[in-house]
Amino acid sequence: MIYLDHNATTPLHPRALAAMLPYLRERWGNPSSPHRFGNEAKAAVENARESIAGSIHCKPNEIVFCSSGTEADNLALRGVARALRSRGNHIVTTAIEHHAVLNTSKTLESEGYRVTYLPVNRDGIVQLDALEASLESDTILVTIMHANNETGVVQPIEEIAALTSRQGVVLHTDAVQSAGKLPQRPGELGADLVSFSGHKLYGPKGIAVLYVREDTPISPVITGGEHEHGLRAGTENVAAIVGLAEAATIAFEMSETEGQRLRALRDRLERQVVSSIERVKINGARAERVPNTSNVSFYGIDGESIVLALDVCGICVSTGSACSTENPEPSHVLIAMGLDAQEAQGSIRMSLGRETREQDIDFTVSALVDTVERLRRISSVRNE
Amino acid sequence: MHMFNRSKSQKKPKPAYAGPVLYYNDLVIDHFSNPRNVGEMPDDESNGFGLVGDPSCGDQMKLWIKVESGRIDKVAFKSFGCPGAIATSSMLTALVERKTIEEALCVTDDDVIEALGGIPEKKKHCSLLGVKALRAAIADWQSRQTDDKGKSAGS
Repeated sequence: MIYLDHNATTPLHPRALAAMLPYLRERWGNPSSPHRFGNEAKAAVENARESIAGSIHCKPNEIVFCSSGTEADNLALRGVARALRSRGNHIVTTAIEHHAVLNTSKTLESEGYRVTYLPVNRDGIVQLDALEASLESDTILVTIMHANNETGVVQPIEEIAALTSRQGVVLHTDAVQSAGKLPQRPGELGADLVSFSGHKLYGPKGIAVLYVREDTPISPVITGGEHEHGLRAGTENVAAIVGLAEAATIAFEMSETEGQRLRALRDRLERQVVSSIERVKINGARAERVPNTSNVSFYGIDGESIVLALDVCGICVSTGSACSTENPEPSHVLIAMGLDAQEAQGSIRMSLGRETREQDIDFTVSALVDTVERLRRISSVRNE
Repeated sequence: MHMFNRSKSQKKPKPAYAGPVLYYNDLVIDHFSNPRNVGEMPDDESNGFGLVGDPSCGDQMKLWIKVESGRIDKVAFKSFGCPGAIATSSMLTALVERKTIEEALCVTDDDVIEALGGIPEKKKHCSLLGVKALRAAIADWQSRQTDDKGKSAGS
């Protein structure tokens, strides 16, 4: 199997697994328990919190553990919206967000908040002047993703943060696809809230972090005990937290060198695709992108057909995001970038990772050449 | 890391299908990988044509038939669409080849799906195109029988 779907999920790093095992076997105590056995688990959680704070450059008390990137996004949006309800009810986001943000925004709209969905240009980037113009006196939250899951395009989040902090508006960024892939540390992006997830950076599934800068107004969404500074009730997923800490240490340590390696492989992939297949388009190619992601449109054929044909050859790629593969609607991200429905329907996402080698890229390109040729022979769309 | 079994010499990929892929069964994968009756039929070789769908808003299918003494002598299709659309189109052509027009008109979406051993619920709408295109092609053939105007592509 050649796995080129690392934006969907990554394999668990063996060191993360090794760190987790004791907390799944013998050290299964509850961190909230008042005895030494519970305290052992508590210490593991707090050590992990400190370690992650070191990796992402923030204070330990600014880290809130959640069950998923989606939950972290929900806590950021709903938590800030609720905390600032008396100050205003306007939220600004973009048309290209992950569904975790997009559908949460829609839910907030149905609860009486006003939401502005900023467009992006053809390269997939939000324009700062459009953002500035969208801010109103009752704007309480701006939420703009760092790197897009489908195209890898990176938003100028530091510049966005400079603008929102000047205007005194809380900024959240979904950094699920950038954390550990870019050398930038989530705690230094300038945002007040940052989400990232364990299983996208070779940690376990079922664990994520919401970084909450000190003094950011936010209310809990899941209530119960006083876990996570009262922001997220529920017994901690101790083993996963420990695994995430280990995985994050490794990911940020190697982000620079691994990023260079992946960028070279991604460039090799795109060079070969463009030179050996006619009528293709690399989406977001002119923008800054995370180094592992490539989104390509093939004229006249359907992306899901390409995915299945490659799957038959033992190659895992994806159309758009993993969450929407059963949804026949073309990608909202590509449509927002100005692609027509047919170009969007003919797109696939290839996301490289630590096991990816040059030979995998070459094998994939040769499979792609055959697949695209075969599907174009079947296609009713004329191909001249 | 050694997460994956990667043979040292990776040669030209061939569809070495082993086990269920995505959420389609083996027969669907077979009709997707080796679709029957793919192609275009030139005007002098066909006497019925159907075009359904719109590639600007989803799938599209073109279907040609050659009717001889009330029987579908030859059928060919081309399709822009998902694996379900390609496989159901292929199976439809296999089902109606050599059938009389009356028999062919009785073939339904459910017949195609049943012949394929089922397709995922969310993909069932894809199978609609094939039957629609066939009926359009038959209507086109019928209109060519009654008046001899020639081409009138159904939709």
